[in-house]
Amino acid sequence: MKTVPLHQVHVALGAKIVPFAGFEMPVRYSSDLDEHHAVRNNVGVFDVSHMGEFLVKGPKALDLIQKVSANDASALFDGKVQYSYLPNDTGGVVDDLLVYRIREDEYLLVVNASNIEKDWNWIQSKNSEGAQMENISDATCLFAVQGPNATATLQKLTTVDLTSMEYYTFQIGEMAGIPDVFISATGYTGSGGFEIYVPNQHAERMWNTIFEAGEEFGIKPIGLGARDTLRLEKGFCLYGNDVDDNTSPLEAGLGWVTKFTKNFNNSDSLKAQKEAGLNKKLVGFEMIDRGIPRGHYELCDAEGNKLGEVTSGTQSPTLQKGIGMGYVPVAHSKADSEIFIKVRDRLLKAKIVKLPFVKN
Amino acid sequence: MNFPSELKYTEDHEWILIEGDTATIGITEHAQNELGDIVYVDINTVGDALEKGEVFGSVEAVKTVSDLFIPVAGTVLEVNEELDGEPELVNTDPYGRGWMVKISLSGPADGEGLLSAEDYQKFIGA
Repeated sequence: MKTVPLHQVHVALGAKIVPFAGFEMPVRYSSDLDEHHAVRNNVGVFDVSHMGEFLVKGPKALDLIQKVSANDASALFDGKVQYSYLPNDTGGVVDDLLVYRIREDEYLLVVNASNIEKDWNWIQSKNSEGAQMENISDATCLFAVQGPNATATLQKLTTVDLTSMEYYTFQIGEMAGIPDVFISATGYTGSGGFEIYVPNQHAERMWNTIFEAGEEFGIKPIGLGARDTLRLEKGFCLYGNDVDDNTSPLEAGLGWVTKFTKNFNNSDSLKAQKEAGLNKKLVGFEMIDRGIPRGHYELCDAEGNKLGEVTSGTQSPTLQKGIGMGYVPVAHSKADSEIFIKVRDRLLKAKIVKLPFVKN
Repeated sequence: MNFPSELKYTEDHEWILIEGDTATIGITEHAQNELGDIVYVDINTVGDALEKGEVFGSVEAVKTVSDLFIPVAGTVLEVNEELDGEPELVNTDPYGRGWMVKISLSGPADGEGLLSAEDYQKFIGA
């Protein structure tokens, strides 16, 4: 099991540590609910240094990315970030990822921790034209500073004008006296803020300086527990739960990052699937009866016939009711349709809702 | 952490207070701490006669759900209705207002398989 470079800092903060994606990760420092609300209403910091980072460089960099990624990376400009995924050969998804254009012939790919080795091997296997790749995952820390007071916290530490940065853009600049920090206006919480990429040797200084800057707001460290409830309230997919090697990206609702205006791995078959029409759809649902949906619980019709399974589920700290996502036949996917969740042999009533569960 | 000596404990992290032929049951401070914020206590076994070790309900934290096992054979008499509106009482007062069920014992409680406070602390490595 690997640890993140600041592991001892999290232990000293009293974090409960759990294994996640091959890493010992802080799941909770004090309370899942307090940490969730801190991000929604104030500011919190996640150490998500387990995430993977690959640099792709050289004259063939864009060609390689265009081949493996379903979104159109030619639409990127320097300082622009794009959400995308890597289609596999059999109609599923290798991983979802962020693509950063640093300059014309240099990109940063940010991938899920659980898939670092799989993604690296996958992309290399498609790299017939010899783009240069470098895996900087073990040398890079990533801190997500999220919430309505994230900008005010970080603005104290840099001359980069954070307020003018648009969502899904980034700048490389000095922060906390550390040069060449990647300051990215992205996140997995839907509450705004930044993701800060910093080399390991500067990570502890960055972490401490962020907490000093956020002290006036009561900034908190946030664990993976709250990260999951925050992302689910916004209807963001989690690889391994909602999408995986066997789920169709189109059925998962990733059509908006699937650009058939170019060729990419397995694009012909995905295009045919789109034209033939989808069988299933990933939907969100809210509990009407009291209960909490959990992964792999059955989704049923009123008679108890199985329609699918819950892929992600939790009690929503904001809405204070059970919410979840799962795949159902298209005929059952309309908003306000009734659906039943089998919770410990009882059929509990829920309704399909439009995502996100929590609006701004 | 607090483990009152007048209670008995199980390896499934319940506590039980036996008073004559009835008993009160909840989960330990260690259990609530491991689970995190409790958001729902789901018990619908009132009136059921349960064998020792049977599931009498579930406790739902934000991220996890755990079954609740009855430490001795008995019939569920009453559920703590206060937990319906304030499940967080299990976190803040696990041995007091966070109690979960009262039961009538099916027979004389032999105490088999129940741990003393001291043994439970050893069991969890506290």
